[in-house]
Amino acid sequence: MVTAFADPFDALFNLQRALEARLASDWLQDLTTSRGPFPPINVFQQGEDILAIIELPGIDKNDLQIQAKENTIRISGRKAVDLPEGVSVHRRERVWGEFDRTLSLPVQLDPDGIKAEYRDGVLALFLPRAESDKPRMIAIK
Amino acid sequence: MASKQELQVQQKRELEKKEETTIPARIFLPTVDIYETEEALRVILEIPGVEKNNVDVRVEDGVLYVDGRLDFSKYQNLQPLYTEYNVGHYSRSFRLSSKIDQSKIGAELRDGVLSLTLAKLEEAKPRTIQVK
Repeated sequence: MVTAFADPFDALFNLQRALEARLASDWLQDLTTSRGPFPPINVFQQGEDILAIIELPGIDKNDLQIQAKENTIRISGRKAVDLPEGVSVHRRERVWGEFDRTLSLPVQLDPDGIKAEYRDGVLALFLPRAESDKPRMIAIK
Repeated sequence: MASKQELQVQQKRELEKKEETTIPARIFLPTVDIYETEEALRVILEIPGVEKNNVDVRVEDGVLYVDGRLDFSKYQNLQPLYTEYNVGHYSRSFRLSSKIDQSKIGAELRDGVLSLTLAKLEEAKPRTIQVK
């Protein structure tokens, strides 16, 4: 008999375990330079290319700058949390302020092919590998 | 005056419920700001990655429940290389201290920030008593 799992919850658990397993992996060791580690970044491989997913809820697109150079990406900006005047505050957990973080990837990027998408408070950076960095099949004669 | 504040990463807190869920997946607590005006209670929650259709807000027996389901199908075919945070559904509930008009709950989701406006019932609003 085949054991059936309550997919897609099982799929989510597997994803969470995969993310957990890579927590503090050494893939980017000593390669992220920053003024503070905000915002948190997850880096994935998508085929030959790299996809960085950054949780940045409540950012105005105009307050977010992304710069690319060779194999580094710089994400900087400002996160504002507005609180109207004259209200009584019960809880304040959301953080606000300025951030500036640089990611140096251990692969060469194609800076012209980089795409950024901000949706539902999540910034996705599509980082295509430079043609020169892609592995090549060697034909054996 | 120091106008710049360095942002620190907030570790995601996991939901601890009295009852366990039957599924092993993790659920996280969204960070929240709550404030009260004369007319309403405002609850602002950060649920990055959750789409409008996957948010469930309800008030039951004086408890506000907020659930956000993450569409993790986007993570299919992605191989994690380096991670700093985990992802999952969001859930949080609050026992409301003042009476809320259930028919007047406003909700708006923008850039991963869910803003709830819970209008207070007429009887719960502050009143100024005129001294004769």
